[in-house]
Amino acid sequence: MKAFTRRKSFFVAATAALALSLSACGGGGTGTTDDPTVAEKPTFAAGTTMEKLSSAGTIKIGTKFDQPLFGQVGLDGKPVGFDVEIGKLIAAELGIAADKIEWSETVSANREPFIEQGKVDLVIATYTINDKRKQVVDFAGPYYEAGQALMVNKDNDTIKTPEDVKGKKVCSVTGSTPAATIVDKYGAELVPAATYSACLEPLRNKQVEAITTDNVILAGFVDKEPDAFKLASDETFTKEPYGIGLKKGDTEFRNWINDQLEKFEENGSYEKAWEATAGSVIKTAPDLPEIDRY
Amino acid sequence: MDVILENLPLYWNGFLRTLFLSAVSGVIALVLGTLLAAARVSPVAALRGFSTVYVEVLRNTPLTIAFFFAAIVLPRLGVKFEQFEVAAIIALSTYTAAFIAEAVRSGVNSVPVGQAEAARSIGMKFGQVLNLIILPQALRTVVPPLINILIALVKNSSVAGAFFVLELFGYGRQLANANGDAVIAVLLGTAFFYLLLTVPLGILASTVERKVAIAR
Amino acid sequence: MSSVLYDVPGPKARRVSLIGSIVGSLLILGLLAWIIMTLAQQGIFEGRRWQIFTRADVWTLLANGLGATLSAAALAAVIAFPLGLLLCLLRISDAAIIRIPTRVVLEFFRGMPVVLMMLFVLLGFGTSPFIAVVTGLVLYNAAVFAEIIRAGVQSLPRGQREAGLAIGLTSFKSRMLIELPQAIRRMMPSLVAQMVVLLKDTSLGYIVAYGELLRAVQVMADFLGTQFLFPIFFVAAAIYIAINILVSRLAVWIERRGSKKAAGGVAKAEPEKAEAPVP
Repeated sequence: MKAFTRRKSFFVAATAALALSLSACGGGGTGTTDDPTVAEKPTFAAGTTMEKLSSAGTIKIGTKFDQPLFGQVGLDGKPVGFDVEIGKLIAAELGIAADKIEWSETVSANREPFIEQGKVDLVIATYTINDKRKQVVDFAGPYYEAGQALMVNKDNDTIKTPEDVKGKKVCSVTGSTPAATIVDKYGAELVPAATYSACLEPLRNKQVEAITTDNVILAGFVDKEPDAFKLASDETFTKEPYGIGLKKGDTEFRNWINDQLEKFEENGSYEKAWEATAGSVIKTAPDLPEIDRY
Repeated sequence: MDVILENLPLYWNGFLRTLFLSAVSGVIALVLGTLLAAARVSPVAALRGFSTVYVEVLRNTPLTIAFFFAAIVLPRLGVKFEQFEVAAIIALSTYTAAFIAEAVRSGVNSVPVGQAEAARSIGMKFGQVLNLIILPQALRTVVPPLINILIALVKNSSVAGAFFVLELFGYGRQLANANGDAVIAVLLGTAFFYLLLTVPLGILASTVERKVAIAR
Repeated sequence: MSSVLYDVPGPKARRVSLIGSIVGSLLILGLLAWIIMTLAQQGIFEGRRWQIFTRADVWTLLANGLGATLSAAALAAVIAFPLGLLLCLLRISDAAIIRIPTRVVLEFFRGMPVVLMMLFVLLGFGTSPFIAVVTGLVLYNAAVFAEIIRAGVQSLPRGQREAGLAIGLTSFKSRMLIELPQAIRRMMPSLVAQMVVLLKDTSLGYIVAYGELLRAVQVMADFLGTQFLFPIFFVAAAIYIAINILVSRLAVWIERRGSKKAAGGVAKAEPEKAEAPVP
């Protein structure tokens, strides 16, 4: 027994050392966009969230790590995508450089709790604004309006509209809003997966008839494999206004972010952010949707 | 709490799915696991080897990877199934069978040597020794650990939620996403329905254990 | 042990067994060959799909994932084992007021899916993914460790405890000095197997977005494209199996060293008690 304990502590120490040395690696750049110009010593009224973040010099932003084009983590552990670019732009206005942003992954169920517990200052994570969520968090934006669509195999001509999938197998992410819509509104049979990319194999093997989620994400898959997949139709059948989630009741911060979003559109950085990310698939940059100042 | 009550039908649906997955996989795993254990102690070297390799590999593979093979690699091999439940049952039962084989084997080892010797001395063959003498006695000691493995199986079926099968945990996540204001309550509700399956099994295990202890 | 179950095979039985073995092996080899051929036809073994493993960043990510897996597993094991021991002591306490609530707690944690506990800790207590993963693993595995050790204590001959009490040890001292050391040694195979289960269960950390090995693999497959899905998963499966077998072997080796000292003890003469790890 004694020998066992000693060995085990050696093993633990070795593992800890290994983990330590490993965490020292990593880093290295990707090639997304040049980081936005950081505002020089911006001033904010005392006591506001902007002032606190600005003087702290760091901001915690939650985003998706598995959403192609919007928030997807690269091999170096850093997320890239349109959501990430928007986050960088906002941080820059607070005088925070891109490398001072603490990114954390928000998964389906933890976005509201993370904001409520203050684990993140902002959530920019293909986060659809809806009334139920508005009861617990506030939303700035929308900064983009997506819509739900269907993706099918290239040779499939029977599915054009969401009405066509009634009673058929459709793959989507467990517990996501598009999954609920296709089942509740259109009567499809849901095949749930952990991520949208996990749906690709069953579709290829014709074990499901279609994949459904927001059009931009599907467009990303079609772009990668145009010979295998296509969108069932260019039209979307829901409106998914993406908002920036923040702590409930922080109206000053919300209004300030809304102002920044409008500014980004005017000075062209919104378009630039789009072109560097989702623009590789959907060429024309969208117009900023009308800000919902409630 | 309202969230749980409002969505009781959904929970119930998930509960039944989980029950179904666990029950079918459990029965298959019991049969397969016992066969593997028998192979493990058999005179045929190839059977022993196969069983050893099977148990070693499956026991050392994360369940998630077993699911990956069943749900994604198998269709590539031409084994296509209409329902993804089939893949989940394949993954759960082949994985659990490895643990059952180990439990049954250690049960076989717990039967005193004299039993097998006596059986052989009256002229029984391997199959007879195993079926008539060893396994019935091993069963006693083996039932509590087997039930523990089945408890684990019930809980492991929650991994199926990530592999194209809707079950209790999947419904739980769906509710959590739809009710961002009551995530904790939703999760407690999910936990309750799991305990509804696992706690009775646990109590059954300790009852059987006590019975066995008295019988000795 | 196995030789007790059947006669030493004679020449005829050996021949039949040999033929059976060869035919069986050929069948299995044939099946493997067919699997590999079918996959190869779909281009899964094409060089370009495997070229990603020449990239340094792929290996860095895999190594980071492995480090995250091992550190969560190591910390969880280090906490869960003593906690399991403590729970076991409470569970076999003579006082019903301690025994019964402990049993309720154990049943509860044994019966909850680990994924659910991880998610619950993350959301309910606002912890980091690492803490959520470790806590989930600790709660579940401590309960299982407690059950395994308890089975070990109960498999000891009664005389052990009686002798301890007879020479004037208190109940607690008898447990600590006489029963637990024997029970733990006896249950070592099950305990180690459970450690392997714990190590594997870190892969459930995907639910709280903990960057362990399997998560790293998934991220990589998503980022690089689905044509690399198969190579990446094959490599991940190989890494897991290799590490787990290594841990198991290490344990067998430690056990052998331990049992040499204990040779001839009572434990050896007793039939092994059936207690299996729980997946």
